[in-house]
Amino acid sequence: MSPALIAALPFLGALLPGLMIRAGRDASALVTGAATLLALIGLLTHLPAVMRGEVVTAQFTWLPALGLNASFFIDGLGMLFAGLILGIGLLIILYARYYISAQDPMGQFYTYLLLFQGAMVGIVLSDNILLLLIFWELTSLSSFLLIGYWKHLPEGRQGARMALAVTGMGGLALIGGMLILGEIAGSYELTVILENREAIQSSDLYMPALLLILLGAFTKSAQFPFHFWLPHAMAAPTPVSAYLHSATMVKAGLFLMARLWPVLSGTEAWFYIVATTGLVTMVIGALIALFKDDLKALLAFSTVSHLGLITMLLGFGTPMAAVAAVFHIINHASFKAALFMTAGIVDHEAHTRDIKRLGGLRRLMPVTFAIATITALSMAGIPFLNGFLSKEMMLEEASHTVWAGSHWAVPALATLGALLSVAYSFRYIVHVFLGPERDDYPHHPHDPGFGMWAGPALLAALVIVIGVAPWLVEPLVRSFAGAVTAGDLPDFHLKLWHGVTPALYMSGIAVLGGAALLLAHGGLARLWQAAPRPEAKTIFDTVVDSAARAARAFTDALHDGAISRYLAIFTVAAVAVAGISFLGGSFAAGGRALLAVEIIPAIGWLLLVVATLTIVAVHRRRLLALVLMGVVGVMISLGFVYISAPDLALTQLTVEVVTVILLLLALNFLPKETPRESGAAIRLRDGVIASVVGLGAAALIYAIMTRDVSSISQFHLAQSYYGGGGTNVVNVILVDFRGFDTFGEIIVLGIAALSIFALTEALLGGPVSRRLVNWRYDMARAGDRHPLMLVVATRALLPIALVVGVFIFLRGHNQPGGGFIAGLVVAIAFVMQYMASGFAWAQARQNFHYHATIALGVLIAALTGLGAWFNGRPFLTSDFGYITIPPLNEFEWATAIAFDVGVFLTVVGSVMLALASLSRIARRAGETVNLEPMDVDPSKPGGRSERQER
Amino acid sequence: MELLVASAIGVMTAAGIYLMLRLRTFPVVVGLALLSNAVNVFLIATGRLAVNQPPVLRDHAASGTYTDPLPQALVLTAIVIAFGMTALVVILALGAFLSSETDRIDTTDTDSAAREEGQS
Repeated sequence: MSPALIAALPFLGALLPGLMIRAGRDASALVTGAATLLALIGLLTHLPAVMRGEVVTAQFTWLPALGLNASFFIDGLGMLFAGLILGIGLLIILYARYYISAQDPMGQFYTYLLLFQGAMVGIVLSDNILLLLIFWELTSLSSFLLIGYWKHLPEGRQGARMALAVTGMGGLALIGGMLILGEIAGSYELTVILENREAIQSSDLYMPALLLILLGAFTKSAQFPFHFWLPHAMAAPTPVSAYLHSATMVKAGLFLMARLWPVLSGTEAWFYIVATTGLVTMVIGALIALFKDDLKALLAFSTVSHLGLITMLLGFGTPMAAVAAVFHIINHASFKAALFMTAGIVDHEAHTRDIKRLGGLRRLMPVTFAIATITALSMAGIPFLNGFLSKEMMLEEASHTVWAGSHWAVPALATLGALLSVAYSFRYIVHVFLGPERDDYPHHPHDPGFGMWAGPALLAALVIVIGVAPWLVEPLVRSFAGAVTAGDLPDFHLKLWHGVTPALYMSGIAVLGGAALLLAHGGLARLWQAAPRPEAKTIFDTVVDSAARAARAFTDALHDGAISRYLAIFTVAAVAVAGISFLGGSFAAGGRALLAVEIIPAIGWLLLVVATLTIVAVHRRRLLALVLMGVVGVMISLGFVYISAPDLALTQLTVEVVTVILLLLALNFLPKETPRESGAAIRLRDGVIASVVGLGAAALIYAIMTRDVSSISQFHLAQSYYGGGGTNVVNVILVDFRGFDTFGEIIVLGIAALSIFALTEALLGGPVSRRLVNWRYDMARAGDRHPLMLVVATRALLPIALVVGVFIFLRGHNQPGGGFIAGLVVAIAFVMQYMASGFAWAQARQNFHYHATIALGVLIAALTGLGAWFNGRPFLTSDFGYITIPPLNEFEWATAIAFDVGVFLTVVGSVMLALASLSRIARRAGETVNLEPMDVDPSKPGGRSERQER
Repeated sequence: MELLVASAIGVMTAAGIYLMLRLRTFPVVVGLALLSNAVNVFLIATGRLAVNQPPVLRDHAASGTYTDPLPQALVLTAIVIAFGMTALVVILALGAFLSSETDRIDTTDTDSAAREEGQS
């Protein structure tokens, strides 16, 4: 199975649980498990090849210009992690089926789980680091959903938010680090980066890259001082905790360090940062774990401690330490997942996971007791269990590590960490399962059903098998560790007895000391509780709160609710930027020959300027301003005719008509006068700003127009007929050369119209509706709303207007016209009917649906574009040809016409929907619906039509 | 002619900006409409002025001179989109007026407090 498919399977599977939950919880769990199992089988088919040292790859180019390819590969390390993620994932799915109660939405849970699983598999199989970063962020997001799964619990929400904040912040740092790394190596492919050790380590940017990458890895792997999010993430359901803290989330950081080990490790900086952080984390985590009374918190801090251990081993930078790290990753995943599941079982059965309220469970829950004991002893590092082997290897490595000239610092602290680890592991067994049976459990505990303990039992069996017969997994470890060290492996054998070594002494001290520590636990715990210590959550909350306060203060200072202020600031800023570059340039006049001034256009110019200035002068009389707006529009339209832009003239004219109608409809409800709001000083200020901008715009365009230009338009002109099949170059550009733009623009238009509809709908559904019902118009209403003359004239005009629309549409490819203009003309023809005879009357006589018209238009345009694919051409490539119908002339056909039909329909639908929405407001405000086209009908007796309804 | 076009653009821009800075919705809408007119003419003018040279081919090989068709195509859609945006702004202005009973665009804290009081 292709590595890409393995990574994709969980994502594809994520669609299923939500659907299958309708068939029951078993079905939902089954499909989730099936998707995971399929991916696992697909992965394992590559195991023999990977064991032989081969690398399985799959690559698709995605955005090659950015160096972003969807490339995947499976080597030993990827195999190890993907195997853990999918294998333990399978056990978790089984366990969760019985853990998640019937009240919780299980389909949702499994969907989140699969999303998370897919993101994790994606991380470990990515060959491209940009792709890896995408999956990395996905794990942060999907784990947020999982941790906050119990949305009703404040701890769940807070824990999820904290995890997202910390790991998300680390993710940002990681992006920076990875980009630097890719820049140094000259490629974003991991396989290439891994071969550039010298170049990377000698680069000046090695240090920044290392720090940023480690920041990402440490936050994800909960290393000190970022360890605090992990225990708070315990608010998640236990299956999530078991999954996130054994096989996945926190292991992603370790994976990253192991993955980049060949190129980043071996330097002093690496050793001191990574090994020290790991060592400190190991000891501190273990210390806190010892004094936690919440079972899951104890395990969470033990995880922090063990992650520190593995980090420290990777930090040592020697191949043997890397082998130990890989081996401990396997062992930790097996016993920790099982331990979390037993903690969940105890919680599920006894309804508490407070150690102080537990104890004596060994007879009540013998199976759970057995599993918990085996796995906890393995965590403590007791012989014949797998934890012992890797812990011995760790101590062995620590015993000959020199830290800043000191020969005892690392061994002593490592022994201390191991000792504390023994103490909390023993505590988990002794304080929960041993001791006298109690009679005050919140719920009488007993062993759960087989489904719930099967998973942890399997893991416990694995713990024993590896512990007793380590040589069975030796080839696997060799292959996995070989991928970390890039083939540079020492000769090693995994075995129980290494003889009397320093590690054995350290181990002995740890076990005895740990047992002694547990005996003294009661007194020590009181001491611990009394001692002052920083509470990570309070610090985190304070930091977040002050950051939020600062952000709010900043925003409030900028956004005080005064739009006119923003607009003024924006305008002044734009003018300032333009002014600076203007002063830096030369002021030489352009040399282009100017057009002579002609008298008729000059009159048009005069009208335009006078109308514009009059708008400013009388803008407080709104109706008058609107009429003058129309004058400006018409003058611009005539101007377009003059400067050889017939298509634009037609468009401008028709758009001006619908805009004025629209504004009139709105003005019906708005005040007709604008009161004087601002004083003379403000008006002067605005006048100055406006004048400066106007002068600037005029000077700029004058400078442009007086200079010659070389444009790409020659291509469009030359290709218009032979390439696009039309002689109207503007239309050919719209529907062919730049058809994709036009496609986007009709979509925008459609969205605008739909938004208008939605806004109207919201208005009419809200409290505004009541106000509208009691609306009193502030202007006198005409006695004759639908005058006879207008009705008759528009009735006669409609077919003519429609024919004109069709005509303009059809000639569009070769003469001025086309879909946009035809759409506007036809819309105006309909609007005239509405104005004359009333909206409701007219609408009752035509049955097309505006929403559907918009959708149909966009669809037709899209399908025309897709049609090009069938000819093996890119989207929206047009085609044309000629056909001869015998008695007539030769006809041209072009697929662009179909595209233009889409444009036409979208424009008609959008314009009509916008106007119809406004008229609905009028209907609500008491506009009556006339059942006759005319209010005064001379053919009726009495002349007046009385049939009206609300 | 160039001077006339440039001055017309300048006047429309200035008028649009001035109206945009008023404190009621309707003048702002009118101002924005004027401003988009000015911008459209500006874009067209970047193709340089030409009289009697519409970009409609007189012969198939496109010999002869034509005005630049590209700005025209861009502006054609811009005009239509400007209509869509004006319509959207108008309905927003109308909705705001109907629900808050004022068409002032600068809301201050006292405004919203007064409104909340009025509703309760």
